Amino acid sequence: MNLYGWVFMLASCGFVVALTAFCYWRVLRTPGTLEHMHAPLDIDTHDADT
Amino acid sequence: MVVNGGTTPRPLTAAGRRENWTTRLGVILAVAGSAVGLGNFLRFPGNAAMNGGGIFMIPYFISLLLLGIPICWMEWTMGRYGGSRGFNSAPGIFSVMWRNPISKYFGALALIVPVGIYMYYVYIEAWCLAYAWDYLSGAMARYPADVEAYKEHFAGFVGTDHNGFLLRSTGGLQESVLFLIIVFIINFVLIYRGLTRGIEVFCKFAMPVLMLFAGVVLVRVLTLGTPDPARPEANVPNALGFMWTPTIPVRHAWEQTAGPELQGFRPAGETAEVRIPEGLAVPQELVFEAVSRGGLKSVRQVFRVQVSAGGAGAAAGDRGVIAARPGQAVRLAVDPASLDAIRAQPLWTGLADAQLWLAAAGQIFFTLSVGFGIILNYASYLRRNDDVVLSGLTASSTNEFCEVCLGGLITIPAAFLFLTAADLTPAVLQSGFKLGFVALPAVFARMPAGDLFGAVWFFMLFVAAITSSLSMLQPAIAFLEEGFGMGRRLSVTCLGMLTAIGSLLVVYFSKDLIALSVMDFWIGTVCIFLLAMVQSIVVGWLFGIERVKEECRRGAAMSVPGFVWFLMKYVTPTYLLIVFVCWCYSNIPAEIAGIRAMNAGDRGTVLLMLAFIGVLLVFFGLLVNLAAARWRAMGRLPAGDDSGPPVADPEARR
Repeated sequence: MNLYGWVFMLASCGFVVALTAFCYWRVLRTPGTLEHMHAPLDIDTHDADT
Repeated sequence: MVVNGGTTPRPLTAAGRRENWTTRLGVILAVAGSAVGLGNFLRFPGNAAMNGGGIFMIPYFISLLLLGIPICWMEWTMGRYGGSRGFNSAPGIFSVMWRNPISKYFGALALIVPVGIYMYYVYIEAWCLAYAWDYLSGAMARYPADVEAYKEHFAGFVGTDHNGFLLRSTGGLQESVLFLIIVFIINFVLIYRGLTRGIEVFCKFAMPVLMLFAGVVLVRVLTLGTPDPARPEANVPNALGFMWTPTIPVRHAWEQTAGPELQGFRPAGETAEVRIPEGLAVPQELVFEAVSRGGLKSVRQVFRVQVSAGGAGAAAGDRGVIAARPGQAVRLAVDPASLDAIRAQPLWTGLADAQLWLAAAGQIFFTLSVGFGIILNYASYLRRNDDVVLSGLTASSTNEFCEVCLGGLITIPAAFLFLTAADLTPAVLQSGFKLGFVALPAVFARMPAGDLFGAVWFFMLFVAAITSSLSMLQPAIAFLEEGFGMGRRLSVTCLGMLTAIGSLLVVYFSKDLIALSVMDFWIGTVCIFLLAMVQSIVVGWLFGIERVKEECRRGAAMSVPGFVWFLMKYVTPTYLLIVFVCWCYSNIPAEIAGIRAMNAGDRGTVLLMLAFIGVLLVFFGLLVNLAAARWRAMGRLPAGDDSGPPVADPEARR
């Protein structure tokens, strides 16, 4: 792999890791996020018994 | 019928109320479970390697920032707004966002896309489980470590030789069909039981397992060193280089320019195969042309095939004149030396390739599930002050992490270490199926403890797939519930039957996986682009960016940068429109030409599947029409032209 390859790989992975880390840091550190934050599969559709 | 009244707070689960690390981790795992899919591990690596490696990442990240994240936030915002107005299904949500009689029909697209994709996605999911089982049971151990052997196995496994693939010659079910039934039942039971009881619990166990498996496979791949001492060039840095080194992507367009038109002319990247018909009158000269484009240059090569009764032996790919005889297969190949001029251009000229931008945008859509209609539906169950900004961004970033850091560092580098460059042809890289189910099994066969890693890898893919497929029917379930007053279980049963018909068609018309490809192209690609485009126009222009801003900011756990609103209003729709028009221009004529070049049987399969998609469109269109009439009768939508505010609108009531 040449220098450009290393640069593109490290920059791509670095950007994605930084973005993910930022999001998780906000999730873990911001007070009250659990009350208001949801993932699609975590959302209750309230129709299980119908 | 269950309708979210919007202003009435819903009780959170007990775990949701506790502010502790365990439950926060639970939220993160659920986010990850929603995010990860097959596209991360199969589609992305092949797509990147095919489109210039590292250079692909430039349009990829631009598409993420200009299309993926803004549309993701749009969908979360639209969904929550629709939910607060009493609608959980896309036709209802579109009706309240754009007060126009036709808006609800655009919402129908958001039902067709996930249902249509589910019909073939669940079959691929079954392949993953079947391969995992085969590795565990030792059934894969009987194959030699050869790509051709796994190609043959895969062809027999899914029945690519002929249509009518359901039963073995001995009368029992084919293995892939048996596993489809198993996977269909697993999906059905989990969806039937409801999300909170099935999927959430499943994800909390499955996601750590998936991440652990992916981590194990990643560490194993990166520590392989030089697995074959006879091939010192096949080492980890070179393997990473094959995936990540930026190059100018080169496209090859083949055309027959003289001689009787041949059915058996199959271009595949740098090569093309010509099957000379037995009954061709001789002597005859066939002329083919290959135009190779990359960066700002193009190279044209002409191949003359002179067919005579005597012909010659198997002709090697070469420029110039090739002698052949009727019944012979001739392989044409672009001269690698002639491509040097293309590759000698500055690297940045590679960005002039429109196909590169289209591939990157398509990958982002597929990865983030934007334009699928799924986020729209799930977000509608949120409370009015629930966060949509951090939720959307966290789901997107987790997805990107799995795709770039796991998919990008495992799949192609592993294949490169154990296979030769000849094995990793454009046809293999281009097809996630070939990469995943043909090339990688050959890799595991050559790897120490390959059966174990094979089982782990395919089970991981199965887990990634099922977390996606479980959410695909929810938009249509919600529509049947609120449109026709059906209960969840009846809705799931009806959709189970509908999707079983679609899956059966995909399984039965197995030759060359044509039926699956038709569904993937027209529903899994064209309809996704269309839906994303409609959404961005509705949000940015018809609903109004000021209202979006207000809606998006409510309850947000983080602030949205100011320039995002400009992106949403101007850049995203324009970019999307350009991408869609360019994509149609470059792909649809080729798709139609491909259909015309097929033999009658294959063409029949394509037309049948297109008719099926047409029936789905009409069927869902009619259902939307009936549901809208019911909503009007109930007073949830105004009678007449839908131009007034819906009665269900809490603000209108105030």
